[in-house]
Amino acid sequence: MNVIEILSYGFIQRALLAGTLIAVLCSVLGVFLVLRRLSLIGDGLAHVTFGGTAIALSLKLYSASSLLVSLPVVLLSSLGILKLTEKARVGGDSAIGIVSALGISAGIILASMGGGYNVDLLSYLFGNILSITTQEVGIAFVLFCVVLLLLSLFFNDLFAIAFDEELARVSGIRTATINSVLVLLTALSVVLAMKLVGIMLISSLLILPAVSALQLARSFKACVALAALQGGCSVVAGIFLSFAANLPTSAMIVLLNLLFFSLAFLARRYFNHRSKSHN
Amino acid sequence: MPDGIVRTERLCCSYRTGRVLEDITISVEAGDYVGIVGPNGSGKSTFVRALMGLCAISDGSASLFGVPCNRFSAWGRIGYLPQSLHLLNPLFPATVAETVGLGLLSLKRFPRRLTHADRVKVDEVLEQLDIYAIRSQLIGELSGGQQQRVLLARALVNNPDLLILDEPTAALDPEMRERFYALIGEINRSRRVTVLLVTHDTGAMGKFASKMLYLDKRMLFYGNFEEFCRSADMSALFGEHSQHLICHRHEKL
Repeated sequence: MNVIEILSYGFIQRALLAGTLIAVLCSVLGVFLVLRRLSLIGDGLAHVTFGGTAIALSLKLYSASSLLVSLPVVLLSSLGILKLTEKARVGGDSAIGIVSALGISAGIILASMGGGYNVDLLSYLFGNILSITTQEVGIAFVLFCVVLLLLSLFFNDLFAIAFDEELARVSGIRTATINSVLVLLTALSVVLAMKLVGIMLISSLLILPAVSALQLARSFKACVALAALQGGCSVVAGIFLSFAANLPTSAMIVLLNLLFFSLAFLARRYFNHRSKSHN
Repeated sequence: MPDGIVRTERLCCSYRTGRVLEDITISVEAGDYVGIVGPNGSGKSTFVRALMGLCAISDGSASLFGVPCNRFSAWGRIGYLPQSLHLLNPLFPATVAETVGLGLLSLKRFPRRLTHADRVKVDEVLEQLDIYAIRSQLIGELSGGQQQRVLLARALVNNPDLLILDEPTAALDPEMRERFYALIGEINRSRRVTVLLVTHDTGAMGKFASKMLYLDKRMLFYGNFEEFCRSADMSALFGEHSQHLICHRHEKL
């Protein structure tokens, strides 16, 4: 089967469009999260999404409708992580752990009350981008535009805080507000990415493109652009390869990202070695 | 409280462990170069951080440019070089020019976009500090001395009226340290920028500072450097030999 034939399938078109948008968002946000050492917030929020989805399924809300429940739950939890960090003398990693445990345990209890794990819940665990509906693509597109707009408006504030939070405060940047914006944008992206790579693998979509870009980027803007490029390419290539080899798409996307990271790491070592020998 | 660059009135700061600053009353005028000295844990950094609202004032009051610190918003008038940037992530992907450009955000309103004119300003300050040649290099790849120069450029790019430096030379060797202090002295004289410099290097302060603030949780001395040299408390603080060394070096300048 050639590429044109694969592209003729409606579900592939939807997967490519939504997947690329979501991956680009996650990759760009990932740069800020990794630099702030908040990489695992994606993991924590993904576990909360599991809880939120379990609530939605117990209310008989499926597919796009489940977002009506999981989205507010995850948004509130992301703010909860921030509040725990600020008010309860709890470190960022511990706050993520607390909220993550709460989300996953709530999900397990609700799933068990609803008669055990069902296919719908498992599809959220491991992702199923090929089953994405037109309605979900529409939601992904709208949220992509919202997140991208907010990112572009707050780009320099986020950059300044990633560099040094105290310096940012003394530059008049409202760091508490911008931190809230960052975790809310992350929460939105995590909910979107749930369908793409599943709850178990979301953090890799946030972390891997960012850490790969950090190996090679020669400026902050280049770093963000490289991360977005890797995120987008990994989804496109992952969908084609998984379709051709009949393998799970989510795992293929993550493995491709891992491959890109390895290549970036080797390239960085090569360039460093070359510049040292030139000097 | 009357106007001035910095005013504090019986300023006190406390952490959970107890009071770290008590009854600090000072007045800093335009063009002053104030060396803030004292032993470890004496509250030097806490003092400048309290001025910028980075730690809470538990009692008393403080103002910057006549505005109480808790209501101060003209951040474009301040350039700050903090103590903790030795923790800078070596993989942080910002170029020198991008890092210095961050210093201009204090002059911007939402959304804080940098213009072509801003980039020209960045290039100018890089040239002034002799680091234009490394403008495209990543800050994490520079030596400690170069990084410090870049961060100073970041603090100066908004053309501040007040420069606050918190142990800026901790990572520098003695020669680089001397050059750094000389550069700050030059900026203080030529641009009439008021300087608050936290340091352990009392000897260097003798060379460059016009005023000394000696803290040890309380204010043990605040005044002109000449008064500091004549002060009877001076010998008690530094010993007779140190007094001779510091004041002698100041006279030589």
